[in-house]
Amino acid sequence: MEDKNKLKKRLIDYQMFWPLFALTVLLAFNFFFIKDFFAIEIIDGHLYGSLIDILNRATPLMFMAIGMTLVIATGGIDISVGSVLAISGAVVSIMIGGDMVFLNGEQQYVSHYPIVLALLAAIAVSVVCGIWNGLLVAKLGIQAMVASLILLVAGRGIAQLITDGNVVTIYYKPFFYIGSGFLLGLPFSIFLVAAFLVLILWLVKKTAFGLFVEAIGSNVVSSRFTGLNVQRMVWACYAISGLCAGIAGLIVASEVKSADSNSAGMFIELDAILAVVLGGNSMAGGRFLVMGSVIGALIVQALTTTIYAIGVPPEVTMVVKALVVVAIYLIQSQAVKSKVKTQATPPTLKSKEAQA
Amino acid sequence: MPGAPDHGMAFFLTRSGGVNKAMEAENVLVRMVGICKEFPGVKALSNVDFELRRSEIHAVCGENGAGKSTLIKVLTGVEHNETGDIYLDGSPIRPKTPMDAQDLGISTVYQEINLCPNLSVAENIFIGREPMKMGKIDWNEVNKRSALALARLNIKLDVTGRLDEYSVAIQQMVAIARALDISAKVLILDEPTSSLDKNEVANLFRVMRKLKEQGMGIVFITHFLEQVYEITDRITVLRNGLLVGQFETAKLDRLQLIAQMIGKDLAEFEKAIKQDTGDQAKVQETIFFQGKEVGRHGTINPFDIEIKKGEVMGLAGLLGSGRTETARIIFGIDKADSGEVFIDNQKVKINSPEDTIRRGMGFCPENRKIEGIIANLTVRENIVLGLQGKLGLWKFLSMKQQLEITNKYIKILNIATPSTEQLVGNLSGGNQQKVLLARWLATNPELLILDEPTRGIDVGAKAEVQKLVLELAKEGKAVLFISSELDEMVRCCDRMAVYRDKTKIGELQGDEITEMKVMQTIAGEAG
Repeated sequence: MEDKNKLKKRLIDYQMFWPLFALTVLLAFNFFFIKDFFAIEIIDGHLYGSLIDILNRATPLMFMAIGMTLVIATGGIDISVGSVLAISGAVVSIMIGGDMVFLNGEQQYVSHYPIVLALLAAIAVSVVCGIWNGLLVAKLGIQAMVASLILLVAGRGIAQLITDGNVVTIYYKPFFYIGSGFLLGLPFSIFLVAAFLVLILWLVKKTAFGLFVEAIGSNVVSSRFTGLNVQRMVWACYAISGLCAGIAGLIVASEVKSADSNSAGMFIELDAILAVVLGGNSMAGGRFLVMGSVIGALIVQALTTTIYAIGVPPEVTMVVKALVVVAIYLIQSQAVKSKVKTQATPPTLKSKEAQA
Repeated sequence: MPGAPDHGMAFFLTRSGGVNKAMEAENVLVRMVGICKEFPGVKALSNVDFELRRSEIHAVCGENGAGKSTLIKVLTGVEHNETGDIYLDGSPIRPKTPMDAQDLGISTVYQEINLCPNLSVAENIFIGREPMKMGKIDWNEVNKRSALALARLNIKLDVTGRLDEYSVAIQQMVAIARALDISAKVLILDEPTSSLDKNEVANLFRVMRKLKEQGMGIVFITHFLEQVYEITDRITVLRNGLLVGQFETAKLDRLQLIAQMIGKDLAEFEKAIKQDTGDQAKVQETIFFQGKEVGRHGTINPFDIEIKKGEVMGLAGLLGSGRTETARIIFGIDKADSGEVFIDNQKVKINSPEDTIRRGMGFCPENRKIEGIIANLTVRENIVLGLQGKLGLWKFLSMKQQLEITNKYIKILNIATPSTEQLVGNLSGGNQQKVLLARWLATNPELLILDEPTRGIDVGAKAEVQKLVLELAKEGKAVLFISSELDEMVRCCDRMAVYRDKTKIGELQGDEITEMKVMQTIAGEAG
């Protein structure tokens, strides 16, 4: 029985190998070509450096990649997450804003509504967005791409309605802690991701959630005939994706201290999908690896940082990014994998040739 | 009883008479020598020889995992043999893809239909080789030739209609029409008759004989022994990836053939089944499931049904007569739009399989690959899925419990798999069926619905499934059993509902259940 466990562990390790390999190659490149890339300084008890920076900047993307992984595992896709991020930012910025008041003769900003209420409202609205997507996909049977396209388009409009078309600046200081605060020397948002990741991994590994999602993503008809509540499961995955986008929206809004409904989270859905794919997940659904997607998000962010750091001209950054992505994706492709495998076992090949 | 083969050529010649060597060699269309193929953990073929002649219908027989499908896949370029050679018309070939094989003149109709359900019939027949005119697909030509190809099979239908609008039997015929239209020297039919009714089979055989006269070599894989004897000239028997022998059909009697295939003492095997059938006289009178005037508009006309604990209830009828439709309504896949349902004497409303599973039902569907197994998940995951679905999201079975359950059923049902973590898609059809059975047995069901549970699986596994059905009934469970094979129905069922044209037309029980009587009832001749 222990052998079986070991076997399974080895399999998971193997699946994780390629995303980790890609990340390592990327970082190794930086080690040689970017000066002091691995240097970490301590300023005011806070850690600073490129690595910390990548980790910190990747947090919104990591959240989204986690949600996207589940949605893609069911065989769907959620391209509305960028708009949901904007909605979340709009809600929280409008509810917090910041009124200047004089307290004990000191000039201070206070929140319109209690900060906890504002955060909960933003998250609740995001989950509702996810539920909306789930309604269209799971209940009404609209294709996922089309269903989430609706909110992709409408979402930015909704966000602008909320902010009245303005870029809302936030003045209330405690809110900034989410995106730019430090805990134990590290950016606070990293702890946020870590906590959420633990929660999701618990859901996937310690409940039947993972098994059900993989079953549904692999064969939805069989899953229904086996008595799984397919609708509810798919619905839940879209709701979680909405939740993830909402939290990412809070981090972004807190980091830039404002909410720009027009540009916040623009195209981030594509990065999120990319992260999932680079993490070794199949777009066809079924088997999935949440950790892989998190690594994928780090690859995407590390790549972006690298491209800026080595001074690629801004006009061609997107092209360079695309080329590297293609390279990473090819490394992970089945064709390359099997080639590596067959080269590792030349005797069979030789005997085959001898026979022929 | 023929012994083990010696080596290559000598073996072929002795087995097939060996009168005129020169003529024999000229007649040989396909020769496969020393074919080996290994899958992770399974040796699918080891050193297998095969020979197909011109104007011959050649059966390949064997149990699940004997290597029949793999042998065909090697010949058609789906899988690639590690060692061994293939000759077509005397020259060596090495098909890399099914397309390669097609170009060489080897066409295949697979066991599970490999067509595109959302394309039209004509598109399916010509996909990948559409006739062009002025740089565009010549649709008139496509439709005309498709209709012609189907006409050769005595089938007339609207070739522009979507494939999935037609029954499985018609879809199978379309697949055969496609293979025929590709001017083939070699036609391979992998279980082509498992979803066809009697007329359609007769029709297919007519076409096969015609093609044989034209000089085509036909490889025919089937589990229906009567059909082997009805149409084939020679038989190649495989067992566990090894060649058992090549025989002339006329010289090998049925019992010998079965003995060759299962490789165990046949008398014992028959006794095992008979013993169980002997005990089934006393049927409890507790009704588990009762339907009154249950029906669904356009699918099945309202019917009454009672399924009692401790009995095997059969649903007999031709394909599309309403037997599968009845099963789907009982299990809650399709919603009934009339009538009342009682489970354990309580009136219940059934909305989905969830409802019926919670009340102790299980269902092995007819279309195992699409509706049954989940090919990308492991044996363990497939088996625990039913029970876990019943337990729900939060009461998650620990890995230890999952492995216990899995290993238990691997043992009980004799599932041939290298490990619990093997993907179900890598198992043979019969073992996939057993995994499906295990999934439901693990939920400890009160009523198990089996729709064609023995379809496409070999004699040995068939017997095991039949035995299991009888054992379940003996334990006091109810079984709803559907099969196209009458002898199997007669052997297993205590009572039988007979269907024709979406209507339940009668019920038989006890001594009334004979093949003749069932056929008469279906045909409408019984009084």
